[in-house]
Amino acid sequence: MSSGSAGGSVSAVTALSADRAGSGAPLLDVDALTVHLQVEGVERAVLSDVSLTVSPGEALGLVGESGSGKSMTARAIDRLLPRGARVSGQIRFDGADVQALSSAGLRDYRNKVAMIFQDPRAHVNPVRRIGDFMTEALRTNLGVAPGEATQRAADMLAQVGIEDGRRRLRQYPHELSGGMLQRVMIAAALLTEPRLLLADEPTTALDVTTQAEVMAILDDLRRDLGLAMIFITHDLELAAAICDRTAVMYAGQIVEVRESALMHDDPLHPYSAALAAARPDIAQTAHRLAAIPGRPLSAFEAPEDECAFAPRCPHAADVCRAARPELISLAGGLSRCARAVELRGALRTQPAGAG
Amino acid sequence: MSAAVPLPAVRPPRARRAGAIGMLVSTGPPGIASAMVIAIATVVALVGPLLAPFNPVLPNLALAFVGPTGGHLLGYDFEGRDVLSRLLAGAQSSMLGPLAVVVGAMLVGVLFAVISAWRRGAVDAVISSGLDILFAFPGILLAVLAAAVFGAGLWAAAISLAIAYMPYVARVLRGAALKERSQPYVAALEVQGASATSICLRHIVPNIMPLIVAQATILFGYAMVDLAAVSFLGLGVQPPAANWGVMISENQGGIPQGYPLPALAAGACIVAVVIAFNVLGERLFEQAQARR
Amino acid sequence: MRLAFIGRRLAMLVASLAVASFVIFGALYLAPGNPIAALSGGRSLPPSSLRILEARYHLNQPFLVQYWYWLDNALHGNLGISITLRENVTTLIASRAWTTAGLVLYASVIILALGIGMGIAGGLRPGLLDTSVLVTSAISAAIPAFVAAIALVALFAVKLRWFPALGNGTDLLSNVRHLTLPAFALGLSSLAIVARVTRSAIREEAGREHVQTAISRGIPRRQLVRRHILRNAAIPITTISGITIASLIAVDAVVETAFSLNGLGAYLVTSAQDKDLAVVQGISLVLVTAFVVINVAVDLAYAVLDPRVALGSRAT
Repeated sequence: MSSGSAGGSVSAVTALSADRAGSGAPLLDVDALTVHLQVEGVERAVLSDVSLTVSPGEALGLVGESGSGKSMTARAIDRLLPRGARVSGQIRFDGADVQALSSAGLRDYRNKVAMIFQDPRAHVNPVRRIGDFMTEALRTNLGVAPGEATQRAADMLAQVGIEDGRRRLRQYPHELSGGMLQRVMIAAALLTEPRLLLADEPTTALDVTTQAEVMAILDDLRRDLGLAMIFITHDLELAAAICDRTAVMYAGQIVEVRESALMHDDPLHPYSAALAAARPDIAQTAHRLAAIPGRPLSAFEAPEDECAFAPRCPHAADVCRAARPELISLAGGLSRCARAVELRGALRTQPAGAG
Repeated sequence: MSAAVPLPAVRPPRARRAGAIGMLVSTGPPGIASAMVIAIATVVALVGPLLAPFNPVLPNLALAFVGPTGGHLLGYDFEGRDVLSRLLAGAQSSMLGPLAVVVGAMLVGVLFAVISAWRRGAVDAVISSGLDILFAFPGILLAVLAAAVFGAGLWAAAISLAIAYMPYVARVLRGAALKERSQPYVAALEVQGASATSICLRHIVPNIMPLIVAQATILFGYAMVDLAAVSFLGLGVQPPAANWGVMISENQGGIPQGYPLPALAAGACIVAVVIAFNVLGERLFEQAQARR
Repeated sequence: MRLAFIGRRLAMLVASLAVASFVIFGALYLAPGNPIAALSGGRSLPPSSLRILEARYHLNQPFLVQYWYWLDNALHGNLGISITLRENVTTLIASRAWTTAGLVLYASVIILALGIGMGIAGGLRPGLLDTSVLVTSAISAAIPAFVAAIALVALFAVKLRWFPALGNGTDLLSNVRHLTLPAFALGLSSLAIVARVTRSAIREEAGREHVQTAISRGIPRRQLVRRHILRNAAIPITTISGITIASLIAVDAVVETAFSLNGLGAYLVTSAQDKDLAVVQGISLVLVTAFVVINVAVDLAYAVLDPRVALGSRAT
C-alpha cells in the first residue's frame, strides 16, 4: 500500500482520480494544497496536503476542531490568506487555476464564489447601511444600476425570510439582531449568483433557536438555486444532516472524506469515529461521556514522520508511527489512516459507556 | 492583516511578574532606558545645586555667550553664567513643579473617579457631567489667568494645571474603577459588612494602581511641558532663579546672534525628560490595559 | 436617536461656557484685596476714575448681579476698558484676533495635511516608510512648542535664512512667510500625534473582519480603501484632529510670545504681566469660547460619522 514517501502528491492524485472519475468534472478541485504562514516571525505549516473536490450543486461538509485548518482551507480557496502566506499545490475552479487569477479574472471568480463568515456583526461594516452592504458588489462589479440593485436586494431579503426589505435596507447593522444580520449576509452572498458557497461556521455565533432557522434557510435556498457549498463546522452531525459528503480535518490535514450517510455507521478513520462517539446521545444513558484524550494538534505541531492522530488514537500501532500516512481511496471515500483497511468495520461508534 | 484571519496560538501566555520591578522590567528596553533617564533627572533635581561646578546665579556680563571653553562644557549664558551649572541647578524647579501638579491632579482625580464608580447612578451622572464641563479650560490658559490674578509664580501655575488636568484623570480612571466595582468580590465584601471606604481604599484603588501609575507617568510629561511653557512666558518661575523653561526664554536673544547653545541645551533637557516619561508611561499604560 | 445626542451636547456647550465665564469673572474676587484693587492692577487712580470703575462694574451690587451685567455686556460685545491702554478691550482684541486666527488656521492646515497624510501613507504600506513615520513622530510628539520654536528659528531663520525670525509681516504674502515657522512650531507635536493615531487607526481598520468581507466580494482595492478603511478610520482621526486643534488655542500664546507676533495670545501674556485684568478676562473669554466650540464641533462630527452613537460623550 502506501510507501510512506514524503512527497504525497503522487498517491493523492491516484486516489483522487478514482474519486473524481465517478462524479464528472468537479466545480472545485483542490489538489495537495499546502499553506505556510508567518506566525510571529517563524514560518509554520497551517495546511498540509489538503485535497478535496466539490461537484456542481453538491454540498461538502468540512468538519474539524479548532486549529484543524478548516477555516484556513476556505480562506485559501477564496484567496483571503494574510500577506506572506506561501501556497503550494493547486486550486482549480471550473478548470481554471485560482492562484494564477488576477484583476478581472479574480473579480469574476469572487462573483462566482461567495463566502459567508462566522460572526456577522464583525463582518459587516457598521457605518454603512444594509442596502449599501448588500448592493456594493452588484453595483461595482456587475455594473447594475442602483435602483435595480436595491430591488434585487429587497427581493433576496424576502427569500431569506426578512419581511419589509425596503425598510431594512435603510437601516444600519447595529439595528439588526445577530440572526437577522446573518440572514442579510447570506442574502448578500447570493445576490451575485455564485456557483459555490463557502460557509464558515455560519451559525456558531448565534443562539440555538436562531441557529436552526438560519440553517434551514441556507439549506433550502442552496438546494433551490442548485449551488455547490462547502459547509464548515465543528459539528459532525450537522454536517451529515445537510451535506452530501463530509470531509474531516485534523492538524491541517484531510483525514477522511466520505458520503455523509455512511460516515456515522462506517467511518474510515479513528478520529471521525471518535468525533461521532464523543457527542452525547439523548437516547442512551452514559456513566461517563466519551472524550478523546489529549488535545487537538494544530498543523504546525503535527510531526512530519508519523500519523498526527497517533498519540490520541486507541488503535495506534507501529505502522502509524513509522511515516505520515497517505490519503488512500477506500469504499468510495478517502482515508488517511495507515490501518484503514484492517480497521474497516471495527471503527463503528460504540455507545458511550457501554461495557 | 492577521487580526481577521484566526491564527493558531503558538505558545502559552508568559507568566506574569508581580511587583514594581517586574512591571518595570516587562516594559522592555525602551521602558528601562526611560526609567534610567528619569532616575538621573531625579537625582540631579535633588542634589543639582551641589553638583554644579560653578555658580549658577551670579552674572558676569563680560563672559556673556562665550562658547564652550575650559571647564565650561556648555559655555556661558546671556549673563555670563555657566550653562551646565545652571542646568543642573534648574533641574530642581523643573522637576518639582510637575510633581506637585501630578500629585494634586491624581489625588483629586482618583477621588472623583472612585466616588463616581462607587455610587454610580445619579451621583455618577452629576460628577461626569460636571467633569465634562470642566474640560472647558486648557491648562495654560488657566495658569495665565491665575498669574494675572495672583501674580506670577510656580505655585499658582502648578495649582492651576492640577485643576485643569484633574477632569481628564478622573474620566480615564472612572472607567477602570467602574469595572472593578462590578467585580463579584466587591459584592461579596459588601455583603460581609465591609464599609465603602475600606473596600475602596483596600481593594478597588490597589487593583487599579497599575493604571494610576501609568496615568501619573504620562501626566508628568504633560505637566513638565506646560509648566516650562508658563515659565517661558515669564509667568511661572521668575529669573534669576534657575529653571529650564526660564533659561530658554532668557537665552532666546542669543539665537539671532549666533549663540543658540544655551537655549537649545535647556530645550534638550526638557525634551529628553519628557520623552522618557512619555515612553515609559505609554508602555505602562499598555500593560495596565492588557491585564484587564 | 442622534438628535438627543446633539441636543445634549449643545446643552453641555452652554453649561460649559456659563461655568467658564463665571470662573473668569469670579477671578476678580479671587484676587487679593478688593475688586477695585484688582481692576486697577495695583495702580493708584484718581477718585473720578474709581467712581467710573464702580459704576461700570456695579460694584455696590450683589455678586451675581455684577456677574449678570458683565456677561450681558460681554455678549453685546462690550468687554470693558484696558487699564493700561485706556482703550476699549473689544477694539484691542479685534485688531489682534486676525493674527491668532491666521496662525491657528495655518497650523491646523499643516497638522491635517501632513499629519493625516503621513499617517495614511504609513498605515497602508508597512515597511520603511511606516517605520520612519513612527520614529519621527515619536520624537516630534515630545517636543514642546516653545522648544520647537527656538530650534526652528536657530536652523531656518538664523542659519539658513529661509524665513524671518520675528514679527508679523506687512501684506498677505509676507504674512504667510512670517507665520510659517510659528505655524510649524505650533503644530509640530500635534502633527506627530495625529500621524500616529491616523496610522494606527488605518492599521486597525485594515485588519478588521468587514474588510475581509469586502475583499472576498472582489471590491477593487482603491474603492476598498476609500469606502471601508478610510471611511471607518475617519472616526478616530476626526476626534484626535479636533482635540489637537482645540489644544492649539492654549499653546498659541507661547508661540506668539516666542516669535513676537502681535496676536491675542501674546497680548494675553503681557496683560497678565501688567495685571490688566479687564483685558485678561476679555481674551480668556474669547479663547475659552473658541476652545469649547471646537470641542463640541468634534463631538457633533463624531455623531455624523458614526451611526452607532446614541448618547453620551465620545469615547476617549
